[in-house]
Amino acid sequence: MRLLRLKPGHGEIVLAEGDVEVPEQERELIEAFRRELDAGMWAAVPTETSSGRREAEYVKSFADVPRDAERVIFFPRAAGGAPGSSR
Amino acid sequence: MWLALGTAAVVLLALLWELARPRLASALARSRAGAAARRERAAQSGYDPGRERRAEQRARALLRSCVDEETWAMYRDLGFLRVWGGLGDRAQGASYAYLVYPHKPIVAYLPQTRELLNEYCVAFPDHTKPYGSARLPDSDDVLAKWMALSADERHLIAEANMHLPGRQIDPERVRRDLLRLARWERERAARSADSVPAA
Repeated sequence: MRLLRLKPGHGEIVLAEGDVEVPEQERELIEAFRRELDAGMWAAVPTETSSGRREAEYVKSFADVPRDAERVIFFPRAAGGAPGSSR
Repeated sequence: MWLALGTAAVVLLALLWELARPRLASALARSRAGAAARRERAAQSGYDPGRERRAEQRARALLRSCVDEETWAMYRDLGFLRVWGGLGDRAQGASYAYLVYPHKPIVAYLPQTRELLNEYCVAFPDHTKPYGSARLPDSDDVLAKWMALSADERHLIAEANMHLPGRQIDPERVRRDLLRLARWERERAARSADSVPAA
């Protein structure tokens, strides 16, 4: 499993990577996961339905992450805003 | 005599070098300081075309790996993507949809009539500003919107500032984009039909 974070000026960065079946690596993943949530990030797991449709689901704790998930993507939480004129 | 002249020339060159060396060293130091200042200014302004391009390439690859092939092709060809409303697809009766543009509001519309419903202004600012900017690369912004709409449409819409169409995006542009999307889908369907071998 890889924990990724979307980052301005860079694209995604790998925060942590490991096998959830290996206790030490799982601990590192959990710690990295908590750090990002504490920093105010949202976390989503890209998924695929049985019909093949791609979706995403929010995860609010590491326990919510499917054990077979390949990636968890962290991104800044949404803020209502009006970015500069975009016409 | 030639030996004396040669020696004098060597001594003269050595003297000239000694005289010029402080100036050369000073010019070199000024040049280095100027380059460092330019690098610092570039870092502070957060704009480095090469870095931004690489970031966008990474973001496009990630977006491509997360969404359907059709959705990716739509974004690649048209510069925006459509997300069906209600967490359902058209076959399940989605009655509205969204157009998702990079760093622009999400536009809700009725696919049947192409009537524009609302603009939802939403951003994903990274306040740590790692390179002086809080803006995600374009394709990461689109991915964040897609994930948020897909995972919890109601929550994202609640977070957004809702406006009538035309607040930030020219409605004519959106209508043109809807026509482009319709044409793109027709052409894609035709290509798909052509590629099916006859029975």
